[in-house]
Amino acid sequence: MSDHEYVPSSKFGKWFNDRLPLLSLASHLTDYPTPKNLNYWWTFGGILTFCLITQIVTGLTLAMHYIAHADMAFESVEHIMRDVNYGWLIRYIHANGASMFFLAVYIHIFRSLFYGSYKSPREIIWIIGIIIYLLMMAAAFMGYVLPWGQMSFWGATVITNLFSAIPLVGEGIVNWLWGGYSVDNPTLTRFFTLHYLIPFLILGLVVLHIWALHVPGNNNPVGIDVKKPSKDTVPFHPYIVIKDGFALLMFMIVFAFFVFYSPNILGHADNYIEANPMVTPAHIVPEWYLLPFYAILRSVPDKLMGVVAMLSAILILAALPWLDTSKIRSAVFRPLYKQFYWILLVDVLILGYVGAMPAEGLYLLIARVATAYYFIHFLIILPVLGFKEKTIPLPLSITEPVLGGMPMASAVKKKESLN
Amino acid sequence: MSEKKPERREFLFTASYAVGAVGVGAVVWPLVDQMNPDASVKALASTEVDISSVQSGKTITVLWRGKPVFIKRRTPEEIAEARAVKLEDLKDPQKDEDRVKDPEWLVMVGVCTHLGCVPLNDKGDYNGWFCPCHGSHYDISGRIRKGPAPTNMEVPKYEFVNSNTIKIG
Repeated sequence: MSDHEYVPSSKFGKWFNDRLPLLSLASHLTDYPTPKNLNYWWTFGGILTFCLITQIVTGLTLAMHYIAHADMAFESVEHIMRDVNYGWLIRYIHANGASMFFLAVYIHIFRSLFYGSYKSPREIIWIIGIIIYLLMMAAAFMGYVLPWGQMSFWGATVITNLFSAIPLVGEGIVNWLWGGYSVDNPTLTRFFTLHYLIPFLILGLVVLHIWALHVPGNNNPVGIDVKKPSKDTVPFHPYIVIKDGFALLMFMIVFAFFVFYSPNILGHADNYIEANPMVTPAHIVPEWYLLPFYAILRSVPDKLMGVVAMLSAILILAALPWLDTSKIRSAVFRPLYKQFYWILLVDVLILGYVGAMPAEGLYLLIARVATAYYFIHFLIILPVLGFKEKTIPLPLSITEPVLGGMPMASAVKKKESLN
Repeated sequence: MSEKKPERREFLFTASYAVGAVGVGAVVWPLVDQMNPDASVKALASTEVDISSVQSGKTITVLWRGKPVFIKRRTPEEIAEARAVKLEDLKDPQKDEDRVKDPEWLVMVGVCTHLGCVPLNDKGDYNGWFCPCHGSHYDISGRIRKGPAPTNMEVPKYEFVNSNTIKIG
C-alpha cells in the first residue's frame, strides 16, 4: 500500500482520510498494478468472492425460515421449498451455489498449479488458500447435514466416524462431536451453529488472502516478476474489473442453468427421505466435490491408514511450495512438468469417478493406482523434476512475448511450437 | 549469560503466565465440555425389549442410545456355524462363546465398526451381515471377516430380566 501517496481532492475527503484512510485503501485497490497478460484463468478470484457473498446472503435468508431441530428440520426445508415466498429459488441458489463455489475453487487451484502461483514469494497466499479450502469443505459438509435427510444423516455419521480411527481417544472425540452416542439433535444444532460461523471466518481469511496477494502482486501466465508500475502492468480498474465482470457473467450463466433447469442433478434423491437412524441407504456417496478424497479413503484397506491417507492428500498441498523444487513458475517454460500437470488433473478426475462407484473389483484397483500416483506426483515427481528438467529460457519481460522480435524471440518461437 | 541467576522479575513473569494459563483453562473447559453428551442423553442409557415374539432365525432391530441394536434368535445350525470358525481365521479373534450370554440370542450394536453405517441382515459372504457403505462382511456371530472394519460388532452391556425380556444398557 506504499506504492503511492493518495490525497483526496475534497476537503471533507481529506479530513476523513486523515482520520480513517479508507479512501487511500479504495485508491490502492483501484490503481493496484496488475500484470497486463493475465488470462481468463485469473478471473476466478473475483468469481469466488461472488460465490462467497452469494452463499452468505442466501444462507442468512434461509436461516430466517429453517429450524435446527431433528424433529422439524426436514419439514422446515420442505416449508421453505413450498410455502416461503421464493424459498425454492433461494434454497436452490444456496445448494447449487456450494457446487459452483467448489467448481470455481478447483479451477482457481489448478490455475495456481499450472502457473506456479504457489511459489516464492507467494507461499503464504497459497497456505491461506488451503485453509480456506479446508473451511469450505467443513462448511459444505455441515450444510449438507442441515436438511436432515437420509444422506445428511449418514454422511454425518460416516464423516464424524473418521475421528474414531484415532487410537485411544477416538471414541471419546466422536461422542464429544455428536453430543451423544449417535448423530442426533445435539449434533444438528451444533452443526447449524458452525455452518453459520464458518463463512465469516472464510471472509476474514479472504481479506488476508488478498492482502498477502497485494504485497508481491499477481503472478502471471509467463510467471516472471513484473516491474511495477511499468509497461508490464495495467491498473486494476477499469481493466481487470471489466475482464472479471465479463467472466463473472459467463459463470452466472452456468450457475443459472443449474438453478433453473436442473437444480437437483448434483444432489442425491435419498436426501428427500427424512433421516432414519435404523436404515442406511444402499449406496452412500458424498457430494461430487469431495469424491476424489473419498476414493482415497476407501482405497486403503485399513481404517486408520485410510483416514491418514485422505487427510494427507489435502495437507500435502500446504507443503507444495517446498516440494516443487523448480525455480521456474509457469508450466509454459517447463515441458515435462506441463505433461505431469495434465496427468495429475486426469488422475484427480479418475479418483472422483471411482469415488462415486462401489468400492470393489476393478474400481477398487483403479482407485488404488490413482491414489498411489497422486502421492507419487507430489512426493517424488515434483521434487526430482526441479533438478532434472531442462526448462525453456524465460523471456526478459512479460511484454516481450507479446511484441515479439525482442532479444529472446527465438525462445518465444520455440515455446509456441511446443504449445 | 548462561550462568545468569533467574531474577525476581523473570520469576514474576513465569508465575503470572502459569496463573494465567490455569485461568484460561478453567474458562475454556466448560466451553469444551458443554459439547459432551448431556444429562438427558445419558438418562436414556437403558432400554427393555420384549423378545417373546422373535422366531428362530429372525432378527429384530431396536433403538438404544440412538443406535440400532440387533437381536438375533439363532438356529442350532447357525450356532454350530459360528462356533466352528477357527480363531486364526479372524481379524479380531473372539470366540462366539464370549459374544453371547445365551447361544440362541445374539445381541449386538448394529453399527459397522468402520464408519458407523448399519449393516444389512443375511447378506455378505459369511451368512451374517454386510455393510453397504464400504463393503465389510460380518459372520453369524457379528465378527468382522472381510473389508475395512477393524473390529467385531460391539456387544453392548445387557442382561436377561426374565426369559422374555432383555434389558440393554
